[in-house]
Amino acid sequence: MTTAMLSSAPQAQGAPDASVKAPRRRRANPLASTRVQSVLLLIALLGAWEAAARLFKVSRFLVPTVSDIAVALWRGLATGPMAKDGFWYHGGVTLAEIALGFFVGGGIGLAIGIVVSQMPKLEMLLEPYVAALQSVPKVAVAPIIVVWLGFGIGSKVMIICLLTFFPVLVTSIAGFKAVDPDRIDLLRSLSATRWQIFRKAKFPSALPYIFAGLNMAAAFSVVGAVVGEFVGAQAGLGVLILQMEAQADTAGSFAVCVVLSAIGILLTSLLRRVQRRVLHWMPADTSQRTVNV
Amino acid sequence: MNTTVLMDAPAARRPHPNPAPEGEDARPRADYIRIEGLSKTFGAGSGGVLALENIDCTIQQGSFVTIVGPSGCGKSTLLRILAGLLDYEVGRVMLDGQPIHGTRRDVGVVFQSSILLPWRSIVDNVMLPAEVLGLDRRQARERAMQLLHMVRLDGFEHKLPRQLSGGMQQRASIARALLHDPKILLMDEPFGALDAMTRERMNLELQRIWMESGKTVVLITHSIPEAVFLGDRVFVMSPRPGTLERVLPIDLPRPRTMEAMSHPAFASAAASIRERFSHAASFD
Repeated sequence: MTTAMLSSAPQAQGAPDASVKAPRRRRANPLASTRVQSVLLLIALLGAWEAAARLFKVSRFLVPTVSDIAVALWRGLATGPMAKDGFWYHGGVTLAEIALGFFVGGGIGLAIGIVVSQMPKLEMLLEPYVAALQSVPKVAVAPIIVVWLGFGIGSKVMIICLLTFFPVLVTSIAGFKAVDPDRIDLLRSLSATRWQIFRKAKFPSALPYIFAGLNMAAAFSVVGAVVGEFVGAQAGLGVLILQMEAQADTAGSFAVCVVLSAIGILLTSLLRRVQRRVLHWMPADTSQRTVNV
Repeated sequence: MNTTVLMDAPAARRPHPNPAPEGEDARPRADYIRIEGLSKTFGAGSGGVLALENIDCTIQQGSFVTIVGPSGCGKSTLLRILAGLLDYEVGRVMLDGQPIHGTRRDVGVVFQSSILLPWRSIVDNVMLPAEVLGLDRRQARERAMQLLHMVRLDGFEHKLPRQLSGGMQQRASIARALLHDPKILLMDEPFGALDAMTRERMNLELQRIWMESGKTVVLITHSIPEAVFLGDRVFVMSPRPGTLERVLPIDLPRPRTMEAMSHPAFASAAASIRERFSHAASFD
């Protein structure tokens, strides 16, 4: 009888446990997709803008029509890569500043964040400085940086570094603080070295926080580039906006803003793609949560 | 076939529930773990809290010891000391003839929650000790698959932890604790977070795993039935400060089934532990 009990028990045990969550499926109807709906909304809004601008005869210098902006956008894009009045040349300069500033600033922020969080004493020592520096509006420092580093690309990269450094630093420190101490105990119980504990538990645990910081940094880096170029530069989309405003070409300025938005969207979607791959283990709705600024 | 394994194992592996004095047993079992005069205080000076006071006990190789006590009796502290996660100043804790100071490779720990790393598949989680201890990957992987089979997680090797139920996650964590073939398995309320039904099934599973693997197991629980059901001996602890009240041998045949719970010996053991607790509680 005991035998019967034992041999039947395992089967009974497998069954209720096997309830594994089924993955959610997207519905097939394209109109039901929120993505399609948001494109439709965009078209409707642009149509309303165009109609309102024409109907109320608003001055083109104040609010250009959508079609004016589209023409300016086309004119800007139909240029050679080195044309000094084209979007490609200036866009390339701005993109280079953004990429350099993002990687250098974010990289240094992450590196210092990692070092500081492994040394609790250093963290306590530096905490007030980080808090104080973080509250300095970095944009206000931009003119000084341009004076120091000149009108070239260097001053813009520096401004972007300042803007991207802090969010990555602060979120990575927060991420390392939030590591479940049980995970560290688990690795300690296996006689893991400090480096193993860092690599196998702490760093992967902190990654969702670090990505939140990187998302913030990506948004800041576009702002930083344009502000730097406004303050003083020879090339870049910010410079182009100033030139167009000087010629009262409001439609052109709007067109440049469209290009800047496109760069922003490009960066965010690239980052999101990397994030999705790195944080593949998180449920989709939480890994895609981004911090909006 | 499964049945024969289970039926044969107890005769060969079952440690004597109440070890005879040395010399009388044909195969005397070594005192694998020996704790002498262990006290542990958290904090210093007048603000210090005495968590454990003067603990003396021995645990024989291959035996199953359960430690039961109300919260605050220091049972988790005792386990953390055995795991080498917590140091102590007063007394001696010997494992296999050597004092425990710091973690050891021949110990496997199962924690209150499964602590599976969410970014690793189940098999990669089970492989974690091999990576940390630098064992041969290929052999370890084979062993991981065998252990997952033993804890009945075949087919779930490549799932992520969040795709498994709580009971399955805890079974995976038991497989992980066994990967590096530790001689001793320390379990800190491993089934505390599970519902009563799953818990009973896990108790049966754990008994089977223990009988198949021949490990020394120290399991902490606050459930009296669980302590009596699983233990060769039950260590009863009382709180403030944590002391070892008594050691209760449980003389029930193995493998124990759920029917053992209605056995008079089971009932009397459980009753005597419960009586201790209500006695202790009246002083609060």
